[in-house]
Amino acid sequence: MVDSITLGESLRRQGVSRRGFMKFCAATASMMALPPSMVPAIAASLEKARRPSVIWLSFQECTGCTESLTRSHAPTVEGLIFDFISLDYHHTLQAAAGDQAEAAREAAMHENAGKYIVVVDGSIPGPNSNPGYSTIAGISNYDTLMETVKGAAAVVAVGTCAAFGGLPKADPNPTGAVAIQSVVKDKPVVNVPGCPPIPTVITGVLAHFLTFGKLPELDHLGRPVAFYGQSIHDRCYRRPFYDKGLFAETFDDEGARKGWCLYRLGCKGPMTYNACATAKWNLGTSWPVESGHGCLGCSEPNFWDAGGFYQALSIPTSNVTRTAAAAVAAGAAIGIAAGIANKVKKSGAKAKHQTVTVDQLGEG
Amino acid sequence: MSALDQIAIRVETEDRFARNALPVLHEVRHALRRLVEAGESTTIDLYSMPFGPGDEEDLLAGLGTGEVAAQLAALGESRITETIYPGVWIVDHYNTHGQRIAFQIEVTPVPSVLVAHADDMADGLQRLEAALAEPAEPESWPASNELRSQHG
Repeated sequence: MVDSITLGESLRRQGVSRRGFMKFCAATASMMALPPSMVPAIAASLEKARRPSVIWLSFQECTGCTESLTRSHAPTVEGLIFDFISLDYHHTLQAAAGDQAEAAREAAMHENAGKYIVVVDGSIPGPNSNPGYSTIAGISNYDTLMETVKGAAAVVAVGTCAAFGGLPKADPNPTGAVAIQSVVKDKPVVNVPGCPPIPTVITGVLAHFLTFGKLPELDHLGRPVAFYGQSIHDRCYRRPFYDKGLFAETFDDEGARKGWCLYRLGCKGPMTYNACATAKWNLGTSWPVESGHGCLGCSEPNFWDAGGFYQALSIPTSNVTRTAAAAVAAGAAIGIAAGIANKVKKSGAKAKHQTVTVDQLGEG
Repeated sequence: MSALDQIAIRVETEDRFARNALPVLHEVRHALRRLVEAGESTTIDLYSMPFGPGDEEDLLAGLGTGEVAAQLAALGESRITETIYPGVWIVDHYNTHGQRIAFQIEVTPVPSVLVAHADDMADGLQRLEAALAEPAEPESWPASNELRSQHG
């Protein structure tokens, strides 16, 4: 349950020094995709932050999202954040079962009315579907969700199933699956899609709420802009090859061996917004494109029905010939140019596709 | 370190600065100019860079190793190293399992994490005064870590 100690006190009780705390804040800023200049503000807020109650509801899902989160090996920063929240209900992780488990959920809702966060993974059979497709303790997923979110401060839809319907909603959608935001209308809903989402992105959203007491800025699909603000394509280290018109045509040709662009092998990077290219997977080891496979577009709505994982997107996202010439002249990748420093130049570069030279990068 | 680190990955690059390290080096150059001319410090978060295989190695090779290296033991190890360009530091934070949790370039006279915090210094002064006020033989004084846990 929620207690009154602050995160600063909690960390000091664990023997964390102030230098350790500043290191924690630097890593948290990095995890939240906030600029390093925000670290002092983050430190001041986290010092005073209090432990929020979290109720985690799992519906039509595969537990991959929880697996992703718990693969953040303690004591990472994610682990410390996760330790600091009061996880009062989670099917997979809680020791209680049956009536006791449901009693824990009701107690958390009652004691923290108006303040707790509901995290949902999995889609639910919609209000007009047969509720028997997915029930917990004899209660339909829809009823459980609506009852639980009633007193919540915010709802976080973790994973593509909760955010957009995901695999259960794929054609022909036998269970009548719907996304959480299509039924929860009177509470703020944050979508953290991905199949599964990147663990640091899940904890980054919770950390943002913990740090600032409010939800992060969201895009038109309800996703945090800090993590989903740029496409995989724009952040891809293979982007220079796209700009130069160098593509792998099969998975074992010269282009594949030399790490050329996977666009023609069905990469959905140009239409996919996620943080894989920078946050990476397995403790920063790699990510799908670095491993030689195109992006599946798993953080986008209806990605299962997007026409085949190995089918190239039909329309190039830009004039390859024009950008190729510009990229060669600049001698560097617009992909990384879009990633650093100057926001004005960055947005200009995005709008016109190529206006920044390598010499201008990071100019004040 | 995980077993994955043991797998050798062959990286084919045409020349050392042909890829993503070069733009970051230019960003460092601009930051260093701001520090020299206006005294303005900059931190560059390398975690948010879309580096591919070999890019980090290229960047570190481009910056080299300078005169100062410091080690911080708080929530795991941190290595703070000045590059061959004075005022340009690599700040590499790890957790207690040796996994990297933050990786930054700080362009500043002294990285902020090395500077002692005012509250810590005041706390240290209190502990030193308390230790000297107790009539005890020097050899019976507690070691630094014990002292912290007793008083802090």
